[in-house]
Amino acid sequence: MAEVLVYVDHVDGAVRKPTLELLTLARRIGDPVAVALGSGAEATAAALAEHGAVKVLTADAPEFGDYLVVPKVDALQAAYDAVSPAAVLVPSSAEGKEIAARLAVRIGSGIITDATDLEAGDEGPVATQAAFAASFTTKSRVSKGVPVITVKPNSAPVEAAPAAGTVEALTVSFGEKSTGTKIVSRTPRESTGRPELTEAAIVVSGGRGVNGAENFHIIEALADSLGAAVGASRAAVDAGWYPHSNQVGQTGKSVSPQLYIANGISGAIQHRAGMQTSKTIVAVNKDAEAPIFDLVDYGVVGDLFQVVPQLTEEVTSRKG
Amino acid sequence: MSLRIVVCVKYVPDATGDRHFADDLTLDRDDVDGLLSELDEYAVEQALQIAGEADDAEITVLTVGPEDAKDALRKALSMGADKAVHVEDDDLHGTDVMGTSLVLAKAIEKTGYDLVVCGMASTDGTMGVLPALLAERLGVPQVTLLSEVSVDGTTVKGRRDGDTASEQLEASLPAVVSVTDQSGEARYPSFKGIMAAKKKPVEALDLGDLDLDADLVGLEGAWTKVESATERPARTAGTIVKDEGEGGKQLAEFLVSQKFI
Ligand SMILES: Cc1cc2nc3c(=O)[nH]c(=O)nc-3n(C[C@H](O)[C@H](O)[C@H](O)COP(=O)(O)OP(=O)(O)OC[C@H]3O[C@@H](n4cnc5c(N)ncnc54)[C@H](O)[C@@H]3O)c2cc1C
Ligand SMILES: Cc1cc2nc3c(=O)[nH]c(=O)nc-3n(C[C@H](O)[C@H](O)[C@H](O)COP(=O)(O)OP(=O)(O)OC[C@H]3O[C@@H](n4cnc5c(N)ncnc54)[C@H](O)[C@@H]3O)c2cc1C
Repeated sequence: MAEVLVYVDHVDGAVRKPTLELLTLARRIGDPVAVALGSGAEATAAALAEHGAVKVLTADAPEFGDYLVVPKVDALQAAYDAVSPAAVLVPSSAEGKEIAARLAVRIGSGIITDATDLEAGDEGPVATQAAFAASFTTKSRVSKGVPVITVKPNSAPVEAAPAAGTVEALTVSFGEKSTGTKIVSRTPRESTGRPELTEAAIVVSGGRGVNGAENFHIIEALADSLGAAVGASRAAVDAGWYPHSNQVGQTGKSVSPQLYIANGISGAIQHRAGMQTSKTIVAVNKDAEAPIFDLVDYGVVGDLFQVVPQLTEEVTSRKG
Repeated sequence: MSLRIVVCVKYVPDATGDRHFADDLTLDRDDVDGLLSELDEYAVEQALQIAGEADDAEITVLTVGPEDAKDALRKALSMGADKAVHVEDDDLHGTDVMGTSLVLAKAIEKTGYDLVVCGMASTDGTMGVLPALLAERLGVPQVTLLSEVSVDGTTVKGRRDGDTASEQLEASLPAVVSVTDQSGEARYPSFKGIMAAKKKPVEALDLGDLDLDADLVGLEGAWTKVESATERPARTAGTIVKDEGEGGKQLAEFLVSQKFI
């Protein structure tokens, strides 16, 4: 069977969930060969093998941490040359998309970004995308070169499928351009202990209706009772009530959880663009006319300061 | 020496309008108003600020798009850019991102540049890859997704707030930069700016001017093919209750029925 390159997103050897989902999709079109770069790359092998990687290509070098994007493109290209795959799959993070795009230019291929599903087709893999704030669903394929496709988190189930997972060192020679953009310093984001927003099965969000940073604990308490991630609208972020890294929407994170709970959020098109593909949508808003209610499976017209704490209490007592 | 800045701006359908696909599965531009992508206003703003800090700078705004895309250029000119370049050709209809990046790279080279500034993503295709593609094609550093940017002599610096960390980046000019909507509110054009924009030069280029083969652009030349586009069925109307004291409990019942609790 044809081999499919899968770019691995990991933090010091801990493979992030979207990569495991990619392996599920990769198996529909061929044998996954994973490419893991940077510190801890070799430590990813066990998890990747357990989820279907027939081979894991690893490389570590200071360049990956010292310079932006290009060294990783050099490495992915080296893997591409070594394997001659039928497709290249990359997680749809901001960096993942940039790596994929530059690789596509180098190998003369088309690119599809933010796929939400992937299946084998007669003329190569067919990708599903959500367009125009998810009001349309498109099916597309790459018609020139070897398909390069980036896939959004929560697009496929994580499935165990034990495979060989043989680890091989990848030889990478960095091009002259790889040191063009220096990463002068890096400040890691503090962990909140909550699930990562894009990967979470449940997201609880707050908007302008939360009315102040000091009230966001109401949203956090509901999130914690459900084991959920916390999101925010741009209005809440711009007001300084919650960090930008938690913004959901067109210019924030795009989420696709099993359950999305919007509290005090009107449902502007740019917010919808980031959450409309959620499986089940719930909203609490005191305005019965708020556009968010057009999307919901269940909505409560009411004051979030009454409804949300009551819900949290119910969840906690039912779980307890 | 003058700092030559090229800002790439896209003409997009209004996101609050009824956006949809035409019969050939490209964007239907007839039924919905177009405008300068709001996220590119941030790019124009940062270019204006960088130019303001430089001894001498010139800002060219560049778009690849149909006739109406001139509106996007005029808006950018009215914000304060100096001149515009419009790449327009009937053969461009249906061009995908590979083709668009090729055309933009050629036009940027022809115009001459020290710094290219882009938005973080368009508001229609929303791929967020074009700046990286331009850097790859032009063979210059990419300094992308910046929430803060400055140019100091021949060095461009910026802050990139990523998923797991916030990074300070630095590169030598020439370079390609993209800025996020966290980089600072874009200014509104003044009346004076709007009047001045009418007199600013807009250079029109076609594929021939850029020595580009029509085979590499348009629907036929695209590296990708859209096979179908279907409107998402309207969500079946959900249950909506009014809180009369038990709203939280009712919502909990729903979550239990859906097995979330
Ligand atoms: C280029 C661009 C990009 C953008 N990107 C994003 C993005 O990524 N994400 C995003 O979210 N927005 C984005 N926006 C902004 C977007 O257009 C809206 O302004 C924003 O989403 C509004 O946030 P909101 O719903 O919290 O606030 P509002 O629209 O002000 O809505 C607040 C809601 O809270 C309700 N409310 C108030 N008090 C209570 C209460 N006590 N109990 C219950 N309900 C209450 C109100 O009825 C109202 O519906 C973008 C805009 C532009 C132009
Ligand atoms: C719904 C939809 C889905 C699409 N999916 C794909 C796909 O999967 N694969 C594919 O190859 N193409 C796709 N396209 C086409 C692609 O979006 C356009 O070719 C395009 O102009 C570049 O991508 P973008 O608009 O997403 O740009 P982005 O990469 O999101 O744009 C980033 C920045 O690049 C600059 N820029 C982008 N386009 C122009 C322009 N025409 N003129 C000047 N500056 C510009 C702007 O500064 C902008 O802020 C899609 C288009 C639509 C409408």
